[in-house]
Amino acid sequence: MPDNLQVELVAADRVVWSGEASLVLARTTDGEVGVLRDHAPVLSVLVESGVEVVTIDNERVYAVVDGGFMSVANNRVSILAEHAELSHEIDLTKARNDLEQAQQAGDDSPDAEAKVRLAEARIRAAEKAS
Amino acid sequence: MAATLRELRGRIKSVQATKKITRAMELIAASRIIKAQQRAQAAAPYARELTRAVSAVATYSRVDHPLTTEPENSQRAAVLILTSDRGLAGAYSSGVIKEGERLREKLTSEGKDVDTYVAGRKGIAYFAFRQRRVVDSWSGFSDTPTYDAARDIADTLIAAFTAEEGDTAVDEVHVVYTRFRTMLVQEPTTVRLLPLEVVESAERPDTADVLPLYEFEPSDTEVLDALLPRYVQSRIFFSLLQASASELAARQRAMKSATDNAEELIKSYTRVANQARQAGITQEISEIVGGVNALADANAGSE
Repeated sequence: MPDNLQVELVAADRVVWSGEASLVLARTTDGEVGVLRDHAPVLSVLVESGVEVVTIDNERVYAVVDGGFMSVANNRVSILAEHAELSHEIDLTKARNDLEQAQQAGDDSPDAEAKVRLAEARIRAAEKAS
Repeated sequence: MAATLRELRGRIKSVQATKKITRAMELIAASRIIKAQQRAQAAAPYARELTRAVSAVATYSRVDHPLTTEPENSQRAAVLILTSDRGLAGAYSSGVIKEGERLREKLTSEGKDVDTYVAGRKGIAYFAFRQRRVVDSWSGFSDTPTYDAARDIADTLIAAFTAEEGDTAVDEVHVVYTRFRTMLVQEPTTVRLLPLEVVESAERPDTADVLPLYEFEPSDTEVLDALLPRYVQSRIFFSLLQASASELAARQRAMKSATDNAEELIKSYTRVANQARQAGITQEISEIVGGVNALADANAGSE
């Protein structure tokens, strides 16, 4: 159906998820955006965060990206990130450990903050899925 | 001849053992090529979308970015050579190193200094043996390159390119890798990585329409700032994947011919061994016959 959004969630080494959706939520550097169909073409920079996709069957897909981009045009949404994971691929205990480590190592450098943000986003996504 | 017969049998055995090893390596390489190709295919969507995004920004904004600006007079160039970690791949590594040397000569003749960057233990060993300076090197991933490795390399090269001055500052960056054309043909290739030539989408966008008029968030400059380094990373990742597929193909071919040679060798050794055995038997027979005759003669004499 051309009425739906064609979504591709792509990591550097694989396609993580692709399919049709009615809504895509992502967090850009300017704040959270929701994309419905017939959205204006936009190319935006994402931050480390969760991405939420509502499929046409009203199911929710949660994923985590470590930054990257979202491009929206002609009802096609491509989300590009170096690393992306679906929520069920995340090991919750391991994610918690990662967060702890990131917080302990945490100085105020932007790099460390990004690590903490990513770890938090992974935990949130994993919890939502379960 | 009996001693050489034993020697020959020993040789046949050792060649048979070698043949088993090379055969196994051939089969391993063959199965890994398929995986390498799958990896390259899996990485293709990312590269495609990224290229689309970069050409969209390049088309609709007139921003000059340091990574795309041609330096006015370029005096120093960096050359990244992608070689393999392990040998037994025929002329794979030496082919790509030779291509690198050619590029180096060309750049030197244009009056540029060349900084060498190497990936893969074979290349590192080559330069270390000749005591030539290598600015930076990476190894340990040549048959299964990861994106993180590509990012590592890209960040180093981008830093060298954007640095205004310093020991490692360069004005252009070239990559030498082996392109995987088919299972039989892989060719060492040189590409100029930086400054980026703005690609007017090499492959036409699949929908016939032109690129949509994007809005950029937060701004076109910032989008470009974030996009271009990734684009460089993805180009390097692509080169690494190609190089790994080529390496495996080269190894498979080298091991196949090694197996064939071992078979030849076994055949000719077996022939020589059979001859030696036959000669031994013939000699024994003639000795026995000679002995019997001698005995008969002696007996005939005594009666």
